[in-house]
Amino acid sequence: MSGSMEFLLWTKGPMFNIAITIFAIGLLVRIAEIFMLGRKKNFAEARAGEWGPGFRTMVTRTVADPGTFERAPFNVVVGWIWHIGFLIALLLFLPHIALIESLTGLSWPALPNPVISLVTSVTLVALIATLVHRMTHPVKKRISTVEDYVVWAVVFAVVLTGWLAYYRLVNPYPLVLGMHILSAEVMLILLPFTKLTHIFTTFIARWYNGAAFGRKGVQS
Amino acid sequence: MAARNPTDKTLGESLRERGVSRRGFLKFCAATASMMALPPSMAPAIAAALEQAKRPSVIWLSFQECTGCTESLTRSHAPTLEDLILDVISLDYHHTLQAAAGDAAEHAREQAMAANPGEYLVIVDGSIPGPDSNPGYSTVAGHSNYAMLMETVENAAAVIAVGTCATFGGLPGANPNPTGAMSVMDLVKDKPVINVSGCPPIPMVITGVIAHYLTFGRLPELDAYNRPMAFFGQSIHDRCYRRPFYDKGLFAKTFDDEGARLGWCLYELGCKGPTTYNACATMRWNDGTSWPVEAGHPCLGCSEPRFWDAGGFYNTVSVPTSASGVNVLAAGAAGAIVGGAVAALAKKQTKTAVAHRQPVTVEELEAKL
Repeated sequence: MSGSMEFLLWTKGPMFNIAITIFAIGLLVRIAEIFMLGRKKNFAEARAGEWGPGFRTMVTRTVADPGTFERAPFNVVVGWIWHIGFLIALLLFLPHIALIESLTGLSWPALPNPVISLVTSVTLVALIATLVHRMTHPVKKRISTVEDYVVWAVVFAVVLTGWLAYYRLVNPYPLVLGMHILSAEVMLILLPFTKLTHIFTTFIARWYNGAAFGRKGVQS
Repeated sequence: MAARNPTDKTLGESLRERGVSRRGFLKFCAATASMMALPPSMAPAIAAALEQAKRPSVIWLSFQECTGCTESLTRSHAPTLEDLILDVISLDYHHTLQAAAGDAAEHAREQAMAANPGEYLVIVDGSIPGPDSNPGYSTVAGHSNYAMLMETVENAAAVIAVGTCATFGGLPGANPNPTGAMSVMDLVKDKPVINVSGCPPIPMVITGVIAHYLTFGRLPELDAYNRPMAFFGQSIHDRCYRRPFYDKGLFAKTFDDEGARLGWCLYELGCKGPTTYNACATMRWNDGTSWPVEAGHPCLGCSEPRFWDAGGFYNTVSVPTSASGVNVLAAGAAGAIVGGAVAALAKKQTKTAVAHRQPVTVEELEAKL
């Protein structure tokens, strides 16, 4: 016997275990890989501290400087919109908080559902805009790889299925909820092995650059 | 569907003999039209059809069950159980309700089968130990449930599986399913099987399916799980009177907090209403008195497959079901293999790129200008 409810229970049961384990081990592999790259021993005397410049660079590389904004306003504005929208939907939607609480014991207040649905709708539009931009921008079109499109598709699928599930636009509901959970699991599985790893490495890398600049005494 | 037993009285005749008023009968027809999601204008047509309908012979088989489904049926109000048994159907065999016992009871089943070949309805509550299971796990009069089911349905017009045990395996089929319990639709492939799931099912749904069969001479439209669309077409969540609170993001956090007292949504307390398809929210129980969510308890999802194995009753719908150690180990091994393979592939790609590296000359760059 197979059906939408069995599919949902499969995504909430065995498939979730598989995804979370591959994600955890994959992330460990990547972190180990980064640490194993090694660095040459720096014999030069440090000119300044590392921590201050490190944290400063985490901020300055996150908030676009005027020059960057003038060169690529679309990247800055739309990128911010969909990243923040994704994070709000991920971290402040009640069912997601319940999931995190069941795994970690941590919980926090949720935003009202209508706010989340509005944010998710905006995120969807922004994601579509990024795809159109990527496919039409002369430079982006050339430098885009299959991985870029796969990563976009997975992120979009997660948001779209969540949006469809919230509005109950696919019947039966267990089918669309299962699709949402499955697409999130695919994202978890791909995360350590694709550019999605930046979720974990971006701020570490920015701190590392800033710390190196600080040590050398250059502006961070 | 084959013609019904011509020797039987019509339903109209039976009703008049029992002194059922015309007004009461039409009220029943209007309620039937309403619960089958038909327009009110269909009520006279239903009345006309039922007036002339012959009472179908019904054989009720009880297997691995708790009698909760029969208990539910005895709380039927429109029609009442007496109306159902005496007027609407000819209930020729039912362990719990029949007066006969032992051989006489079994003969009643055999007689009903012999007298109405191809015409009788079989209603089953309870799951069945499958053909590969020990037949001794559940027997009636020395016959295994499986043998009795297959023998009885052979010449039936259709089978109505009543309750979640008969429709999806239910509690006997829950992990680890020691008796190899199976549902009716897992075993009966050559007859129409209608599932009226629920633990217990709503009595009016059982009678509604029978009334539909009598009115139209065919079985109702079914969903992917063979459940009548008229009753299982919408989720509990879609029809829940607490839905506006879900939409506003107002949730009860405990069973006795302010939100619970104000009737806020029970999603956080484990309500499975969003994933459960049934008519509780519209038909309610005990003659429309109330239903679990109105009584302050989250929906358990009892009318869905594997509801016993679908995680804790008080876990939110989004929470994963319990992790299995074997699954985690298998997933860990898979993760290690994938990680190793990706690392090896990346290393190979780097080596290949280095081996095939072709430096660009100044002349080549200038040629491109």
